[in-house]
Amino acid sequence: MTGIGQPETEGNGRGYLAERGWRSWAFTLDHKRVGAMYLWTTIFFFLVGGVFALLLRLELLSPQAKYFGNHAYNVFFTLHGSMMIFLFIIPAIPSGLGNFFIPLQLGARDVAFPRLNIASYWVFAAGFLVVIGSLVAPMDTGWTFYTPYSAKSAAAVTTLSLGIFLLGMSSILTGLNFIVTIHKLRAPGMTWHRMPLFLWSMYATSIIQVIATPVVGVTFLLLAAERVFGVGFFDPSKGGDPVLFQHFFWFYSHPVVYVMILPAMGIVSEVIPVFSRKPIFGYKAIAYSSMAIALGGFLVWGHHMFTSGMSPLANAIFSLMTFFVAVPTAVKVFNWTATLYRGSITFEAPMLYALTFIFLFIVGGLTGPFLGALATNVQLHDTYFVVAHFHYTMMGGTVMGFFAGLHYWFPKMTGRMLNEKVARAAWALIFVGFNVTFFTMFIVGVRGMPRRYAEYLPKFQLENVISTAGSAVLALGILVMCWNLLQGLRKGAPASANPWRALSLEWRAASPPATENFDEVPVVTEWPYGYGTPKA
Amino acid sequence: MSGHTDEHADPAVAFEAAKLGVWTFLATEVLLFGALFTAYTVFRMKYPEMFRVEHAKLDRVLGAANTVVLITSSLMVVLGVDAIKRGKARLLEAYFGATIFLASVFLCVKYIEWTKEFHHGNFPGTNLFFSLYFMLTGLHGIHVLFGMGVLSYVIVLSRRGRLSEAWYTPAEMSGLYWHFVDLVWIYLFPLLYLVG
Amino acid sequence: MAHGTGNPRRTGIAVFVALLLLTAVTVLVSYVDLGLWNVVVALLIASAKASLVALFFMHLKGESRLVWGFALFPIVFLSLILIGTLADTMLR
Repeated sequence: MTGIGQPETEGNGRGYLAERGWRSWAFTLDHKRVGAMYLWTTIFFFLVGGVFALLLRLELLSPQAKYFGNHAYNVFFTLHGSMMIFLFIIPAIPSGLGNFFIPLQLGARDVAFPRLNIASYWVFAAGFLVVIGSLVAPMDTGWTFYTPYSAKSAAAVTTLSLGIFLLGMSSILTGLNFIVTIHKLRAPGMTWHRMPLFLWSMYATSIIQVIATPVVGVTFLLLAAERVFGVGFFDPSKGGDPVLFQHFFWFYSHPVVYVMILPAMGIVSEVIPVFSRKPIFGYKAIAYSSMAIALGGFLVWGHHMFTSGMSPLANAIFSLMTFFVAVPTAVKVFNWTATLYRGSITFEAPMLYALTFIFLFIVGGLTGPFLGALATNVQLHDTYFVVAHFHYTMMGGTVMGFFAGLHYWFPKMTGRMLNEKVARAAWALIFVGFNVTFFTMFIVGVRGMPRRYAEYLPKFQLENVISTAGSAVLALGILVMCWNLLQGLRKGAPASANPWRALSLEWRAASPPATENFDEVPVVTEWPYGYGTPKA
Repeated sequence: MSGHTDEHADPAVAFEAAKLGVWTFLATEVLLFGALFTAYTVFRMKYPEMFRVEHAKLDRVLGAANTVVLITSSLMVVLGVDAIKRGKARLLEAYFGATIFLASVFLCVKYIEWTKEFHHGNFPGTNLFFSLYFMLTGLHGIHVLFGMGVLSYVIVLSRRGRLSEAWYTPAEMSGLYWHFVDLVWIYLFPLLYLVG
Repeated sequence: MAHGTGNPRRTGIAVFVALLLLTAVTVLVSYVDLGLWNVVVALLIASAKASLVALFFMHLKGESRLVWGFALFPIVFLSLILIGTLADTMLR
């Protein structure tokens, strides 16, 4: 991690970035540095995972598996999925941006347990090293690791399980740290209802991380034990139950999609009012809906298992519950839209990404009930409709929210401004490329193209070629964005403390913030969304 | 586990933060064991007869003895924390030392039991009951080991004169964790040894 | 943190004795065949013991509502995973 964010020129070596040398990073107790290390790591894995996605799209140019073959294809989609999920999308916003901005938005000096914070980064690092180690016999199970195949596959499932156990541990420690930080280290006057909505969403996220992650941790331990000791929980020949694996897996992995999406929703709730110069509409509704999503997310895991042979009663209950969890999500979308209404909207890059989030998330969200409904699910299960749905929510939602956050907070994190023109061009490429890539998947999905096969019926080829072309545009857009971020880091114009005229506390610190964040402890007297008033 | 909060200006806030941190961590632990308890419930309801037959193969006297050992170790922690609250660091070290001793007695008994099971040809892969038995007691054993490490760390801190009646956060927090380890065993003992 | 009244050492020892007694009771009961009630009794006694440990040894008794919340809410989720899984496996 040496050299990251190190200033190129004298005069910019300010704030938390002043100290140099790898030790100052590896042993740092500064939440901002820990956050920056997470950001670099997760963005790296985002790009690697993206390369695997491109390889998948390349293979799908042809209805036969003629470029890489079936096994390589299976490995590629497993690596794409596991890297994106475990090494990018789960840690990126919470551990990256969250670490950086939770204490700043609270008006705190640091997180509650700074040593635990850097320790959890190194546990994370150990985790991804083990995951990389498992590449000696790369996984071909898909990112869900379903038994019985995962218990028998010749791939390094045991190694990977332990790696993911470590990643989960890091995630738990981070969540724990944030919960305590938000409870105990709020600046004077920072009541719950004066907290920025990003903090509410991060609090809800942390609850899920702390409660759900241990279950998947044990699940992976049991999977490893099944392979090593012949423990038979998931093995029907020993009286075990492979569907039990799915219960445990989805008890974690459904709530965890809210670990992925809630922080992005928090960022959108920050960006929308700033760039429409209007107070956020329905503050409490958005705040409480975060909590409702976090808790409701625990009631619906069975909707991933409608075709696994679950009992009819469980199927019906989980289907019904799934409709309920759509309500708080819709509450958020309505409130953002109402915030935009008659605002003085400007279209800087963070706002473009935030609006893209809303648009794509509506598409992804509304296709959710089709999958949550028992009857249509049986038709659409494991088709490209599912792939399209979760890429609209996860990439169209979370990743766009992440990009919004990156662009919004870039001046604060680095002390430099981005080139706005390039940022908008990159956004345009990403927006077009994304929709071309994934909307076609809805169409082939409804027509019955199953996911996770290197081969497909020739009648789907046109759509697949279009989709692959879209993925090239998307990749180009992301490259341009990354190039712009690096350029901004190296030679962007110096940023003022508050370039967006935002009201939350992080903008009262310098850009980049000093190691101790604030010169004096800020005192909070009102909520952070008083836009459109004479003050802002 | 509890991290370090001594860099906070206000020790009262640091104490409260550490306490909340430990309780949150214990929430995680509940779910960690919870998944295994769920597996236990599922399979016990599915195969009651098999559990009845298999659980009789465990030695419930040794299990009960180990329960007494752990309960006593918890009392030692209570007395140790009480000692440091009265400023008696040496007494804390003695009580926590006793806890660590009892913990190793617990692990020795566990070792004897496991050896017996292996001797009788019962392995983690033998059947679902023994899978559960070995996974649950194994995971619990790892927690005992970890707890011994944490308690030793507190003793080291105390030997260095870092603990006093004014600041005894690590003793208190390690105690919370140790009681939780005891609490898990309180459920494991009847579920595995008594009712199977 | 010396919550509750009286001498914490005396409370500790009283709880300790109660825990030993309950352990003896649960072991003795296990030798009597009560059918399904064996499980119920064993779990009730275990929960009584767990409550004693939590309330007095972990002094949950004098804690704030916040700590109570964090002590109890994992149990809600534990019952969730139990109920959800059993709703499937028992009725399949």
